[in-house]
Amino acid sequence: MNLTLKVWRQPAPGQSGRLVTYPATDISPDMSFLEMLDVVNEGLITTGEEPIAFDHDCREGICGMCGVVIDGIAHGPERATTTCQLHMRHFHDGQTITIEPWRAEAFPVIKDLIVDRSAFDRIIEAGGFISTDTGGTPDANAVLVPKVAADRAMDAAACIGCGACVAACPNASAMLFTAAKITHLGSLPQGQPERYQRVVSMVKAMDEEGFGTCTNIGECAAVCPKEISMDTIAAMNRDLIRATIRRAD
Amino acid sequence: MTTTLSPGVTSWTEGRPGAVDLDAHTPDGPIAQKWDKHKFEMKLVNPANKRRYHVIVVGSGLAGGAAAASLAELGYRVSCFCYQDSPRRAHSIAAQGGINAAKNYPNDGDSVYRLFYDTIKGGDYRAREANVYRLAQVSVNIIDQCAAQGVPFAREYGGLLDNRSFGGAQVSRTFYARGQTGQQLLLGAYQALARQIGKGAVKMHPRSEMLDLVVVDGQARGITTRDLVTGEVTSHSADAVVLATGGYGNVFFLSTNAKGCNTTAIWRAHMRGALLANPCFTQIHPTCIPVSGDHQSKLTLMSESLRNDGRIWVPKTAGDTRSPDLIPEEERDYFLERKYPSFGNLVPRDVASRNAKEVCDQGMGVGPGGRGVYLDFADASQRLGTDVIRERYGNLFDMYQRITDEDPYRVPMRVYPAIHYTMGGLWVDYNLMSTIPGCFVAGEANFADQGANRLGASALMQGLADGYFILPYTIGNYLAGTKLPAVTTEATPFVESAQAVSDRTKRLLSIKGNRTVDSFHRELGLLVWEHCGMARNDAGLRHCLDEIPRIEAEFWSNVNVPGSGEELNQSLEKAGRVSDFFQLAKLMVTDALHRTESCGGHFREESQTAEGEALRDDDAFAYVAAWEYAGDAPPVLHKEPLEFDEVHLSQRSYK
Repeated sequence: MNLTLKVWRQPAPGQSGRLVTYPATDISPDMSFLEMLDVVNEGLITTGEEPIAFDHDCREGICGMCGVVIDGIAHGPERATTTCQLHMRHFHDGQTITIEPWRAEAFPVIKDLIVDRSAFDRIIEAGGFISTDTGGTPDANAVLVPKVAADRAMDAAACIGCGACVAACPNASAMLFTAAKITHLGSLPQGQPERYQRVVSMVKAMDEEGFGTCTNIGECAAVCPKEISMDTIAAMNRDLIRATIRRAD
Repeated sequence: MTTTLSPGVTSWTEGRPGAVDLDAHTPDGPIAQKWDKHKFEMKLVNPANKRRYHVIVVGSGLAGGAAAASLAELGYRVSCFCYQDSPRRAHSIAAQGGINAAKNYPNDGDSVYRLFYDTIKGGDYRAREANVYRLAQVSVNIIDQCAAQGVPFAREYGGLLDNRSFGGAQVSRTFYARGQTGQQLLLGAYQALARQIGKGAVKMHPRSEMLDLVVVDGQARGITTRDLVTGEVTSHSADAVVLATGGYGNVFFLSTNAKGCNTTAIWRAHMRGALLANPCFTQIHPTCIPVSGDHQSKLTLMSESLRNDGRIWVPKTAGDTRSPDLIPEEERDYFLERKYPSFGNLVPRDVASRNAKEVCDQGMGVGPGGRGVYLDFADASQRLGTDVIRERYGNLFDMYQRITDEDPYRVPMRVYPAIHYTMGGLWVDYNLMSTIPGCFVAGEANFADQGANRLGASALMQGLADGYFILPYTIGNYLAGTKLPAVTTEATPFVESAQAVSDRTKRLLSIKGNRTVDSFHRELGLLVWEHCGMARNDAGLRHCLDEIPRIEAEFWSNVNVPGSGEELNQSLEKAGRVSDFFQLAKLMVTDALHRTESCGGHFREESQTAEGEALRDDDAFAYVAAWEYAGDAPPVLHKEPLEFDEVHLSQRSYK
């Protein structure tokens, strides 16, 4: 099939960018969205133009490196699907597709479709862990974890840190990302000792990075490729309130 | 001795025995006590002195992330580098199935010795006994460590950890977190690393690519990197360097590796004097989604666990294009069950892969191009019910459907082998140190523990063993026992290294030819997949040694790398990596040519049993082939003999 792409091109951070139109011809429905971009890029290089820069790595939906806004939807039209796992059979011949980077103050554009998501790393660095040095840990079966707690932790831990939640949120909030990690660790017995300190530190870091706040719109969960639930945000807020009361004590 | 391959083409030389020190430094004593004894005998760095030492860790996957975090916890100053935008994205994240450990929680007869034995046997007797025994020993600590970090392993209703049998093991020793074990273990290591970054104990350099190893007076003292955003080339000095940069499977272009996985870090270290061992030992995973067309950019693996319930078959008649549901039972060939009645569909990866290739070569393959076999869940669905199948494999079935647009609950999956892992890598001794003092190598980047074939759920185990439990001891021993004169990046070797890296970048940018980097990479990949993939023979390998230099020469005269070096330039990144893949490919093929036996993932068609199974030649090849870089001259082969005191060498049989 043949498509028309309108792609955000921006040479460097802080510079102005614009949508540039490219034809994408002879596209197979079995191609992934990124393979379609590969084809366009091969053509651009051959004609002496600079290829479109986009982040990607594993191309199997787990590393979280890829992600673009496709016709206004982070990761495109398919539910629970990263950009690399989106296939061209979901588009039709003759369609015009607009491709933009994640847009958020906390995710500045580096080049074309590539943004800087290091703010996510700094949120984790602020407390998204259980403090256990290597060695000296008890036997893995010494701490019992009820299956429901393990499952709940796993549901939240499935987050791949792609940033689609931020890109989709009108407030550019990082609540879903932060809450997923807080829920993962807070659901487990191992995570209890630092539970309240963790939520305070991580939320503080999140706010300092310039992410917006949550107004319960739910776009984040709708685009999340791992279907992280908004329940995690409620759980995070509950823990945050408890932490604040505890400090007041 | 010089061996000529074909007139005027190329050759390798055999090094004089003892010319290179290939002493593995394996401790004496009974195998079960070697590691404990060694831990006691190794020198310690005084806690107050640790902060004086600076260690560079390249790579942030299971091995690198775990090593960087653990070394920083001990008090060393650590710098960690990765090419991705965050250390959380290293390709360890994509491992699905699980991680082995000799916990024997299910009470089904597992032990450290059994895991050791299975791993040596699975590797077709081409790994070092002492290393593998230590791996089995520390496997139990890994599970404890990860559970304490909050890795959400699968649990029983009573709250205990669940185990499953994996990859043909006769015991259930595999721990897992749904189909995302690698992700969860990596995030555990990433979070431990993030904690140290937050404390200022680790300086993290994301979007940075190592392009050279700096050796000063024979010691590894730093690296040269290119900042992938600004293009800035910088040298970094240190007291020791850890390379945990993964495997080189992308030499085949199509593989299950992430697109960015490359050989540059280990190849650059190789050029600086680190010997590279057994590069021809590459693993083909039997159950990947088949290639769908020329546009294909990578292959996706379907977890080996599928073979627990899926049955592999092809039509009995070549060229049978009927839809699978129209092919009656008696016209199907369940070839693995037929040939290997005791292991059936659960034979090791190399055996399953080769058999799939064989039936496809005979024309029985299914799907586009005839490169595929069915993996059928109809019987399992009937026996267990669709709900159980969904619970066990739901995420994999979804992924399959997303990619192929076919519903595996209704029609059999089509699978075909693909390159998945590379057992070869930089040669290391028992301390995981390469032949360059101070340059340590961990995880898939080293050659050490998997032998000629890796068993399922062993890669995660090895990466974390190296990173959490081995390097923190052995690096301390090195630092405490080595004179390390102060160096700065003003020193000549650093300046020269940075200059060489910049010059190379400029050269790639200046060619401005007519072909894209990817087109060269595809051409190279197809060639080595055809002749140095699942089956290898003398003529095909020689053909590769003729062809690779031709493609490489064209690359250096006709590649088009647009843009400049002073910006984010993905074409330039790829060009640098592909240029090193050419070199690595030549060595891989040379190694495959020299090893005229079959073993594990290395199948030489000339060396097979009457039944078509891999036939080892222990008298001639029970050694590690460690290759020395010799510039334009042929590579030099050095041998580390493998001695087996514990395990009796026998022909693997899965009949």
